[in-house]
Amino acid sequence: MGSLFRSEEMCLAQLYLQSEAAFACVSELGELGLAQFRDLNPNVNAFQRKFVNEVRRCDEMERKLRFLERELKKDKIPIRDTGDDPVAPPPREMIGLEAKFEKLENEMKEVNTNQEALKRNFLELTELKHILRKTQSFFEEAAMYHGNQPETNQPEEENLLVNDYAKTPYTKLGFVAGVILREKVPAFERVLWRACRGNVFLRHAEIETTFEDPHTGDTVNKCVFIIFFQGDQLKTRVKKICEGFRATLYPCPETPQERREIAIGVMTRIEDLQTVLNQTEDHRKIVLSQVALDIRVWFIKVRKIKAIYHTLNLFNVNIAEKCLIAECWCPVVEIDRIQLALRKGTELSGSSVPSIMQRMNTKEAPPTYNRTDKFTQGFQAIIDAFGIANYREVNPAPFTIITFPFLFAVMFGDIGHGLLMFLFALYLVLSEKKYLAKKPENEIFEMMFDGRYLILLMGIFSMYTGFLYNECFSRSINVFGSAWNVNAMNDSNTTLQGSGTLTLDPKTYGVFRGTPLPYPNGTGDPYPYGIDPIWQSAGNKISVQNSYKMKNAVIMGLLQMIFGLVLAFYNHRYNKDYLALFCEWIPQLIFLMCLIGYLCILIFYKWAVWNVLNSNSAPSLLIGLINMFMFTKPTWAKKTQLYSNQNEVQITIVIIAILCVPWMLLTKPIILYLRNKFQGTTRYAGVRVAVDETSDDVAILDHDHLDDPETASITPKDEEEKFDMSEVLIYQVIHTIEYCLSCISHTASYLRLWALSLAHSELSEVLWTMVMHSGLSAKGILGAFMSFVIFWGFAGLTVGILLVMEGLSAFLHALRLHWVEFQSKFYKGEGYLFTPFSFSLIVEGRVDE
Amino acid sequence: MIGAWITIGIVTLIWALIGGVGPFILPKGPNRGVYQTMIVLTAVCCWLHWFITYMSQLNPLMGPTLTRGEIYLMGWVW
Repeated sequence: MGSLFRSEEMCLAQLYLQSEAAFACVSELGELGLAQFRDLNPNVNAFQRKFVNEVRRCDEMERKLRFLERELKKDKIPIRDTGDDPVAPPPREMIGLEAKFEKLENEMKEVNTNQEALKRNFLELTELKHILRKTQSFFEEAAMYHGNQPETNQPEEENLLVNDYAKTPYTKLGFVAGVILREKVPAFERVLWRACRGNVFLRHAEIETTFEDPHTGDTVNKCVFIIFFQGDQLKTRVKKICEGFRATLYPCPETPQERREIAIGVMTRIEDLQTVLNQTEDHRKIVLSQVALDIRVWFIKVRKIKAIYHTLNLFNVNIAEKCLIAECWCPVVEIDRIQLALRKGTELSGSSVPSIMQRMNTKEAPPTYNRTDKFTQGFQAIIDAFGIANYREVNPAPFTIITFPFLFAVMFGDIGHGLLMFLFALYLVLSEKKYLAKKPENEIFEMMFDGRYLILLMGIFSMYTGFLYNECFSRSINVFGSAWNVNAMNDSNTTLQGSGTLTLDPKTYGVFRGTPLPYPNGTGDPYPYGIDPIWQSAGNKISVQNSYKMKNAVIMGLLQMIFGLVLAFYNHRYNKDYLALFCEWIPQLIFLMCLIGYLCILIFYKWAVWNVLNSNSAPSLLIGLINMFMFTKPTWAKKTQLYSNQNEVQITIVIIAILCVPWMLLTKPIILYLRNKFQGTTRYAGVRVAVDETSDDVAILDHDHLDDPETASITPKDEEEKFDMSEVLIYQVIHTIEYCLSCISHTASYLRLWALSLAHSELSEVLWTMVMHSGLSAKGILGAFMSFVIFWGFAGLTVGILLVMEGLSAFLHALRLHWVEFQSKFYKGEGYLFTPFSFSLIVEGRVDE
Repeated sequence: MIGAWITIGIVTLIWALIGGVGPFILPKGPNRGVYQTMIVLTAVCCWLHWFITYMSQLNPLMGPTLTRGEIYLMGWVW
């Protein structure tokens, strides 16, 4: 059988790698991605392992690369992605890489500090420039205010404010000028006023241009201020307040000439600084653009080296023979490729001693490895989400590919809805290259993208079941011509005139195709494919569909459960577990067939044999089934009999079903007990000893190869478990009860197919009659407009409620039917996944070690 | 149209052909087994669903209840 039906055959292998060749070999294995290494030093602390230093160095390199990557992102320089995948460089190149990254990091840091210092300088100069400009206007204002002779002719108010008594006001009046954040100004003003009791004079003006904070890179708005005060005491106080508000103070000369000189000096310095800044920026750009070319490759290299050393840390170090010993799980069919990779690695490292690979025997359960491709992986994911299959257990995934979309479609059957779903999935499938290259950000979208093939099949099957249900947005299509002839009813019934409803009677000649001529031996000739379109408008549609869909659900449930049992048969046969096959599997199958299988046969029998002429005496199947277990005799008179000799047949079936229970319950424990007793041997620490209760003699029958260190070390837990009858019995009782009950409860659970499919068709019909129908029945110009508007409402509701919500609910129910009802028949799901050491996963950053 | 047994025979034959011949004319490939399983299961599921639908209508125990307007319309159009 193909690869997906059972997981790959795995083996445990031991690798002896020369210490100098180990790195290259592991690197080759990582490229191959087919070996899962086991930790041979589980007791050793992560910090005490052999290659901790190397791992640490790699971490350091990765940190530096991340720093550079951040700088690149800051400058919005795109990282070149050539798509090539470099191999891990040999360890001796690590020093070179380290030096390179060190140099780049230092250069980058230096450029950054320089740039920051320059920017701060630039900021200060610009602020000074603004101060000079603004204070100039303050002083000019003051000069204007004082008139032409400010020294001699003082206005009264100014005197009051600054100096009451001195005749030389400007000489004694001190001032400070500075720059403060704009939002701090009101608070600053208030504090100044309070602290200096109103004895200072503050003027401020906003600077129109915004500044960039050199440290954080944020843009800030600032204000120029100038404070006039008198005396040293106030001066210290003002300066302290300025400090507190983180205002920067600048020296500002008093005379206009000096100010002008300084302003000119500042301007030239700003210009110089600007050129230096530009050059620094250019330099930074050049360095970064070089980094952008190679950073992706560097990342891959460093991650690969780190992964290799991580793996090497799992190995056992044999100091005497200077080699590393590794143990790995690998698929049996890939051993040749692994050996080839090892040889290549040894050659690359130039080691003269070859690396050795040796298969080991173990009783430990190997990991489960199902090889999937882009089509099958979505389905395998559904199975794995429930539980990883045991090693070499039948994998339900290849069957789920069809049964899952099919059961979904049974609940979701509608041509229109199926078509929309199909088109959506088709778009995803056709544009998968685009989305595979660029990982979609949206999590929900990513989930749907991963299940695109599943959705595609769900859409196709929904169209098929929709065709069978004859529903397209809840409307029917008359493809083959209805089997019901209303005209025959018309001709034969003269009371048709008038209003009200009329039920077509298949007993009337010509009303139902093929009847009543061949009765009672023949049958009618119904609509050939799917439900007759006439039922769409029938008032009693639900009662007919109810009966059909319920029976449909039971039959499908039975067949899927039997299919599950068939797969269980393959499991038993593969494991050569004939005890389970004869003592569990066969009675299980018989039990299921007696209960539900018989019901399904009756369903078909009733469909085929019962017709309009004798429908009055047709018995109810469900009540018949209940009566069967109560041993009530079915009779024609009570309208409970379906066929002759029914009573005898049913009693036989019930007796067989009841006999199956002790068969399931007791035979296996009894056989196990007898087998254990008559073997009469027990094992003591790997040595089998025959115990004879009547004598004291014991004889050693066979013994493990205790002297063989290999088997002894690998299989420490392979001692046979002690046989415990009560445990076996309890286990068997639980399983028997569980199975017998599940036959009923799981069949009932399949009725969700009936309920959901009915709900879906009812909901879509409600949507049609309540929304679309009202739009279409409006008249005139308004009607045209109305139907346009209402169509969009209808479309939105169809997608939102029927496709998304109903689809999700049908999906979950189909999922449950597979996980519980189907897989419980054969699937254990207690294995663990094969996670090979592979660079392709590590490089993408998906595996975080 | 052509009688129930003939219809059953034809549709069953079609699905049996799909399920029986399809797996053998598939191109060779690593996933051939999976595709074969898919085709057989599709044929089985589709046939089964059709068969249940057909059988449930084979002998109608009651007829559809229609309004007289609908009956007139159907008699005229169909």
